[in-house]
Amino acid sequence: MTTSDAYRSDVENQWCPGCPNFGILTALKRALVSLDLAPHEVCLVSGIGQAAKLPHYLNGHVFNGLHGRSIPAALGIHVANPSLKILVTSGDGCLFGEGGNHFLHTLRRNPDITVLAHDNQIYALTKGQGSPTTRRGTKTRLQFDGVEVDPSQMLATAIVHGCTFVARGFAGDLDGLSDLIARAVSHRGLSLVDILQPCITWGAHPVDWYRERVVPIPADHDPTDRNRAIDLALEAPERFPVGVLYETTPRETFASSYRERIGDRPLHRLPPIDRTVIDRHLENMTIRPKSQEESP
Amino acid sequence: MDQSLFLCGAAGEGIQTIGEVVARAFLAHGYPVFATSEFESRIRGGHSSTRLRIAETPTNAPRPDADLLLALNPAALDHYLPALRDGGTVISPDERDDKIDSLALPFAAIAEEHGGSKRYANAVAAGALAAAVGLPFARIGEILSTTFAPRGQEVVEANVAAAQAGYDLALERLGHRAPTPLPSREDRHVFTSAHDVIPLAAAAAGCRFIAAYPMSPSTGIITAFSRHTDLGVFAEQAEDEIAAINMSIGASAAGARAMTATSGGGFALMTEALSLAGMTETPIVVLIAQRPGPATGLPTRTAQEDLLFAVRAGHGEFPRLVLAPSDPQDAAVKTVRAFDLADRFQIPVILLTDQYLADSFFSLPEVEIPEAPVRSYLADPTEIHDYARYALTDDGISPRLALGQSQHLVCIDSDEHTEAGHITEDLATVRPAMVAKRMQKERRLRAVVEPPQRSNLEGAAIALVGWGSTSNAIDEAARRLRKSGRAVGTIHFTELWPLPEIDLPRDAEIYVIEGNASGQFAGLLEQAAGTTIAGRIGRSDGVPIDAEFILEALR
Repeated sequence: MTTSDAYRSDVENQWCPGCPNFGILTALKRALVSLDLAPHEVCLVSGIGQAAKLPHYLNGHVFNGLHGRSIPAALGIHVANPSLKILVTSGDGCLFGEGGNHFLHTLRRNPDITVLAHDNQIYALTKGQGSPTTRRGTKTRLQFDGVEVDPSQMLATAIVHGCTFVARGFAGDLDGLSDLIARAVSHRGLSLVDILQPCITWGAHPVDWYRERVVPIPADHDPTDRNRAIDLALEAPERFPVGVLYETTPRETFASSYRERIGDRPLHRLPPIDRTVIDRHLENMTIRPKSQEESP
Repeated sequence: MDQSLFLCGAAGEGIQTIGEVVARAFLAHGYPVFATSEFESRIRGGHSSTRLRIAETPTNAPRPDADLLLALNPAALDHYLPALRDGGTVISPDERDDKIDSLALPFAAIAEEHGGSKRYANAVAAGALAAAVGLPFARIGEILSTTFAPRGQEVVEANVAAAQAGYDLALERLGHRAPTPLPSREDRHVFTSAHDVIPLAAAAAGCRFIAAYPMSPSTGIITAFSRHTDLGVFAEQAEDEIAAINMSIGASAAGARAMTATSGGGFALMTEALSLAGMTETPIVVLIAQRPGPATGLPTRTAQEDLLFAVRAGHGEFPRLVLAPSDPQDAAVKTVRAFDLADRFQIPVILLTDQYLADSFFSLPEVEIPEAPVRSYLADPTEIHDYARYALTDDGISPRLALGQSQHLVCIDSDEHTEAGHITEDLATVRPAMVAKRMQKERRLRAVVEPPQRSNLEGAAIALVGWGSTSNAIDEAARRLRKSGRAVGTIHFTELWPLPEIDLPRDAEIYVIEGNASGQFAGLLEQAAGTTIAGRIGRSDGVPIDAEFILEALR
């Protein structure tokens, strides 16, 4: 049995005291423990930003790459070693701004990984600029008269692009969030959990502002109802329905045809290529004179 | 014998297919062929040519002039006629009043009459070409039969009949000018391009992963992995080059030998992640197939313009290796070496090829793909107690475990990091130690880079220096100069960074020959050797460097 001790890390935490990221970290540990996953079975992949530091604060394999590039790195890790449970954990700026193109195309790929978006609607580490999810009109340290464009709607985008598990969580609801993360990790295929994470330093709204707008998804919501799920997703940023918006039958996952050919082993455990395969290709490039071909 | 045949037409007319049929026919007759293709960045129309150079022994270098011109349309004839040597032959469908030795054959009409359809016009052209160069018809017939066998017996017969008609009519029209038939030879050849060999060598070296974004002239690399599933390499077409290299780095961090392939513009997008590979000490092989820039430049032409870019690319300081193979055999050697050294030193290795190496077919007696010296440099987890990914060691190389390799947790970080891989801003001790650790690898790399190939330097008055794909052209130029009585030697580099120890001949005039305008390699040599290099011969028109170009520059 994995216990929460297994995930305890002694790396100094750089988050602001009281940051809701701590709630996300706790909920994530609880989810991993509830799934009885040992740290060496888990790989946390992040980009750059305060959220992207999370992998350092619990035990697990860690790939803390470039800003915006967590998802491509995760795809490579996933192909190379499908036995790892891969969780991408990064902020809204990293995943949806700098990494927006990768996010979009990875929805199509459907890798069996989980994406946790720490969605604080602000660039915090760079001290308070608008992010792709900042509400129109929000005054920031760069958009002094208020953000002049509408926020992106990445949950609806994910549903439209065939993501088969799309949820919204709230960093202030530990039980609900750890349950969502556990369900997301268990789901086969790409799972997205967008986590509302009020920024207590640079955010436009205090935690209570979020509490007033966070509402549970109606009990009668059928998570396979795509249109209703999109409607619920689009209620943000006025209201934030929290829970599983969309969950449907997993579809074919990324690299599955390759894996059918090659088996499940991590790529570094595969034996070297049979040299006769190489020789056969070289033979196909070889042209013998007709005179030689005719004589046995 | 040194025959240069230009086969030219518009894109979409089938020039490359005729070229391949004729090349294979010569090879099946025992003659080595060197084939280059030249095309415009378009799908239909314009001018494209396949050039075949045939000799008794492999030339494997381009010739800028033609002994024979096969033109499928009048515009192609006009365009390529200046390349025809005095007394050369033209084969084309149109009667011309030029004072050239012209063989006009209405390919389409002949095809219709003898093959039943205009579609076989190119077979007529191939047959006529065979007659004009003394190739027995049987060789063309055999290749056509093999090539078209998958389309059924009827298509085979129509092609062979059309080609036979072209052959017979050409012989008849040539009359006493018809060449004596070439005797068959016993030599067999591997007929291949560097980019066809590289995927095989990569697979032999243990490569299991490629992600790439299509970009001429590099696209053939990922295509080969995707087509030849027996190579066992996962191939992913990424949404952009940034994703491509980050995927490959992720795969490598999890233990797979991984690569990506692109051209200069795509590599520009990859530079941030090249630096990531440097910082995280993740092995990766990046192939850059050079084409002329800046920006979009000339997408289907060749150049050696990205040398300094490859050497300097990426923010911050980190070691890397830059290898530039000279031909398909060398590409096999360098590819295996690239994967080996990337893994051994935990660095990015750049393979610098170009459009010329990508699209030219060489005839080689054989291609030998070396065995990978070591299957994997990953550490043995059973020998490790407390694991730290960036443990400081005497040689700067930390025992590397892959993500998920064992129960030892692996922490890989793009921030400056502690030995354990965690973010640090310890400027007093950790940062200097990590910088020294990374840079120490560069010093060690200097000890493993191969020196250049040196030949005929004893008593040489002139030394021709080059790098990468120009090797055979430079050798040919040197041979011709020696034949005319001049003492000419050559120095050819295929391992470019870190620059190997250099000992330039003191008494020889040095000429550095390269496919760029600014003398990029000459500049590196000057810095390293501490001398001024007076002779810089650059080519930047997108055309491959050939011996004639070098000789002209030296005149």
